[in-house]
Amino acid sequence: MEKKLALQMRGITKRFGTVLANDHLDLDVYQGEILAILGENGCGKTTLMNMIAGIYFPDEGEILIDGKEVVIRSPKDAFDHRIGMVHQHFKLVDLFTAAENVVLGTQSDEKYNLKAVNAEVNQIADRYGFHLDPAKKIYDMSVSEKQTVEIIKVLYRGADILILDEPTAVLTPQEITRLFAVLRRMRTDGKSIIIITHKLNEVMEVSDRVAILRRGQHVATVRTAETNEADLTTMMVGRRIDLNIHRSQPVNALPRLIVEGLNLYNAEGIHVLKDISFTSNGGEILGIAGIAGSGQRELLESISGLQPVASGKITFFNPKKDRPVSFFHKSMKQVRALADKGAFHDRNMNSVNFRGMRSKAVRKMVKDGDVLFREDEVMNLRDKDPLEIRRLGIHLSFVPEDRLGMGLVGSMNITDNMMLRSYRKGPAGFLNRKKPKAQAETIIRDLEIVTPGVGTPVRRLSGGNVQKVLVGREIAYTPKVLMAAYPVRGLDIGSSYTIYNLLNRQKESGVAVIYVGEDLDVLLELCDRIMVMNGGAVTGIVDARTTTKEEIGLLMVKTDERKEAEDA
Amino acid sequence: MSKANKNGVREPLIHLSKRDSIHPGKALVIRLIAVVLGLVVCGLVAFLLIERLQQKPERIGDFYYSFIKGAFGTSRKFWKFLKNVSILLCISLALTPAFRMRFWNIGGEGQTLIGVLACIGVDFYWGGKLPEPLLLVLMLLAALAAGALWGTIPALFKAKWGTNETLFTLMMNYVATFLVSFFLMIWVTSGSGVLPQMKTGKLPTLGDNSYLLIILIVLALTIAMYVYLRYSKHGYEISVVGESVRTAQYVGINEKKVIIRTMILSGALCGLAGYLIGAGLDLSVSADSVGGQGFTAIMVSWLGKFNPLAMILTSGLIQVLNQGAAQISQDFDVPGALPNVIVGIILFFIIGSEFFLNYRVHFRKGKETVK
Repeated sequence: MEKKLALQMRGITKRFGTVLANDHLDLDVYQGEILAILGENGCGKTTLMNMIAGIYFPDEGEILIDGKEVVIRSPKDAFDHRIGMVHQHFKLVDLFTAAENVVLGTQSDEKYNLKAVNAEVNQIADRYGFHLDPAKKIYDMSVSEKQTVEIIKVLYRGADILILDEPTAVLTPQEITRLFAVLRRMRTDGKSIIIITHKLNEVMEVSDRVAILRRGQHVATVRTAETNEADLTTMMVGRRIDLNIHRSQPVNALPRLIVEGLNLYNAEGIHVLKDISFTSNGGEILGIAGIAGSGQRELLESISGLQPVASGKITFFNPKKDRPVSFFHKSMKQVRALADKGAFHDRNMNSVNFRGMRSKAVRKMVKDGDVLFREDEVMNLRDKDPLEIRRLGIHLSFVPEDRLGMGLVGSMNITDNMMLRSYRKGPAGFLNRKKPKAQAETIIRDLEIVTPGVGTPVRRLSGGNVQKVLVGREIAYTPKVLMAAYPVRGLDIGSSYTIYNLLNRQKESGVAVIYVGEDLDVLLELCDRIMVMNGGAVTGIVDARTTTKEEIGLLMVKTDERKEAEDA
Repeated sequence: MSKANKNGVREPLIHLSKRDSIHPGKALVIRLIAVVLGLVVCGLVAFLLIERLQQKPERIGDFYYSFIKGAFGTSRKFWKFLKNVSILLCISLALTPAFRMRFWNIGGEGQTLIGVLACIGVDFYWGGKLPEPLLLVLMLLAALAAGALWGTIPALFKAKWGTNETLFTLMMNYVATFLVSFFLMIWVTSGSGVLPQMKTGKLPTLGDNSYLLIILIVLALTIAMYVYLRYSKHGYEISVVGESVRTAQYVGINEKKVIIRTMILSGALCGLAGYLIGAGLDLSVSADSVGGQGFTAIMVSWLGKFNPLAMILTSGLIQVLNQGAAQISQDFDVPGALPNVIVGIILFFIIGSEFFLNYRVHFRKGKETVK
């Protein structure tokens, strides 16, 4: 059956400064189809959609709807042409109900009749299989419900062409399945749906055709039934990429970081971490899954000493080893007493005692690292700030999710960013940029960072390269524990796999890796164990090799029974 | 052109896009064009206004001649120019570390004034009773301490309670002004309210030039500040805190300590400027001792992009404008407001040029121009 064209774009071009975001793009959308737009970050997907939705105006080119040329200068124009867009970041009024948000901004001379709106919202919901209470306030809603409101808002205004910008990024697997069922029903109803995504499995599952963009250009449009994930990737990236993560069996996985009964209240007094307990082993990747904002960030920040916790224990554990005595955690008196007990030895394993030695001489021996002892390193990290943790000699690396706001200084160059952790070293007063510069050159070479040079401010680099600088610095610090929050967010496929490989290499060298991720497929392939969080509590810790996406999905929305009991 | 134009749809006549970066040479050209345009407009405005006021024709060239004469006319004027630049630069240097930390210290006026007051106070009570070198050292210490105190109070409040430093430092200016009035009431028994010049506590002169020492001190300070900000660990911490407090916390920098430490330095250097004014030039104090230079210094520091070496140029530029404008008002016998108009116009062009450094302007039909 030959379908009717709903929307055509001809030679669409958009520039931002010197950047060519869309380069003479042609795109057709038929009635009653789901078209997926696939491409890496920065390939111009969102820019293109924003031009259909009236947010940007194209520099060149034309847009045709039902075969007629139209001009879309504002979102209102777009609505007049029955085009509606659901943005990645919802645009809803929190204090209003679903129905109030739906009618907001519609211009009609009719009297504002909430009852009629409620009825109509219910009707739309029934028709496409949504579940929504029109009288519910937005602030009471889950992310998925908010998305439903956005979609209904667009349908209420009579849109026949719907654009969804990365709709699945914030949903659990079950919610995604439900969303796709709704989309299929809309397709049957004759609507045209454009879905922007970079998840290949979703493209394969829901779309009829796929348009692939690369660097602002339209590479190809193919029928989903006639392609596969590997071909799509090749078209998207422009070269073949190995999409396998080589996960090794953990060797000698011993506890490295033990968290017990951790509770944290944020600045507003909200209980954001509830009784969290887990163990992270050396030589293992522990994944943390959960809907964004379930307490992942707070957990990592409290472990790294950025947030003072209310109760619980955070213990760093390092098994028996020779280590130098230091005055940082023992006084001269304690050191002498321990030496009398025969606890210390020198480099040749001869027993050391300080009887008859002057304190000055003892201090020199200790400072020079000539006095060793053998013990398990068990250190309490709670209530210690990042500097104290560092001074204890615990190599705890943290790749925060906010790269330029927390992990790096955007206006500084790569060398100065490499120094962030180590600038205190060396003689007092002045900086020594020699070593950081060498380090910067090393990571630029090893991680294939694309930059004009070590002197370029990191803000100028692309997202993937910024992340490589950050991860590179944290790894250069030879961590014992490496925590990474959403390290591949916003990265292209090639860079993402570089990061996965880096994490794997750290694991193989015995580091305890904690990986907070959002893509469940990756979590399942990369991690050894996965801890799932919801609402600040741990809802389960599962073996990544045997669990399924569905099981994790259920854990992601499982509520804590104790909390239910409290609320009741 | 796209077909859309046939339907009456037009691309906007002008649209702007942000530049990622700009070639330094190009930036310099844009700035020079701004200065030249500013001078041309000033010339025209002054020419027309003066003609109006005087009811007699003047040649526009005379106006520029007079303008240049202000700063460079005679050797005495030139030395005065250098002295004024030095004091202004000194206060600007003092403010710069705070600005780099995004601590908007607009209390340079008060911090400097309190420095003048402290050093003249020491001179007033101990002048003649102590040997001159000891007196001078005491005056210096008093000025540094007073300036540091004036800078530290807002920093403490900011670090402890998160108060707004802009308002706080601004208010401290008024406290300083009224403290000066208060002490003048006590010190000046004649009732004139003007403190006669001290006989003691004067900075020595190098050779026969009374300004040379001040100029050399500030020059040394400029280089020291450049090195401090760029190569010291403190300077590095200041930059990190200024860019992102969260990053500072993440790497274990105690941002409160850095804020307080930097404001002690900033205030103390303002105090030093106060000492140079008090012991080096005025040998007296009045509510007008600093004469608004504490505020002008903010502009010097910003225009110099917080780079001490660039600030030599920006403070020089501002001083050329001030003295040139004053000369015009004297030569053409026009009201005192005219110089302010002239300075305003030129600054408008210079600050306006920043826009063209950050944005590229496109005109329709795909033609691109730099300005």
